[in-house]
Amino acid sequence: MGNKNTLTITGHYNQVKQVCEFVAAAAQQAGLDDNTVFQVELACDEACTNIIEHAYGGEGKGNITAIWEANPQSFTITLHDNGRRFNPDAVEDPTFVKPNTTPNPDELKVGGLGIHFMRNLMNEIRYEFDKKQGNTLIMVKYIE
Amino acid sequence: MSESLVTISVQPGEKAYIVTVVGRVDSSNANELDTTLAQLIDDGHNKLVLELTEISYMSSAGLRAIVSALRSAKKKRGDVRIAAPSERVSEVFDLAGLNPLFNTFDDVETAVNSFN
Repeated sequence: MGNKNTLTITGHYNQVKQVCEFVAAAAQQAGLDDNTVFQVELACDEACTNIIEHAYGGEGKGNITAIWEANPQSFTITLHDNGRRFNPDAVEDPTFVKPNTTPNPDELKVGGLGIHFMRNLMNEIRYEFDKKQGNTLIMVKYIE
Repeated sequence: MSESLVTISVQPGEKAYIVTVVGRVDSSNANELDTTLAQLIDDGHNKLVLELTEISYMSSAGLRAIVSALRSAKKKRGDVRIAAPSERVSEVFDLAGLNPLFNTFDDVETAVNSFN
């Protein structure tokens, strides 16, 4: 296995696991421990799910291309899609994970939970948008 | 790719219904969990114990289904209690900051008996 590889899936929820496995296998190969591999896999899962849900607005509207890159310092996942502009950074955390907030089931707003996971599981998240290329999400996990 | 990655079984009980979830819960199948829990609560079984010991993986989609069930159950003066969560489930609950919302027990029996 090299230090960079690409996989393209159709934008269906039952395809996301394929990307997760593709990324998790590479992360394991790169020397990340089991817990960190799980974190990388979960961040990737949440990002792909958000692309289908928000950028494409549903299943079967376009593809997702995943690229992983490994070097001794970091493991990077890049996700491309051609959906509408969707910047995860613009999404607020769910209400119940805000500091000093008393959780109340009646007031729970769970939207944004996936992005909250991505922010907390990865060391860096960058977003780019290009009218021709679409959305590009870059997530980096440092290797300690 | 069409086979489900999760198995959900329901065991009726006098104090509470036990819902055992096994496998991987993600965006491809969280609606199965959501539908099962919603149906139970609609049918008046609003005291639920979720046995989550054998969940190998859960994304936020699974959490949404559980939170949604908690909200519905509480509205009917019931509750959703967690029994013996796997390490992965505990990590995901921690990450979401959801632990204060749920009563969690080490085993199913204790969780069931916590309902009076």
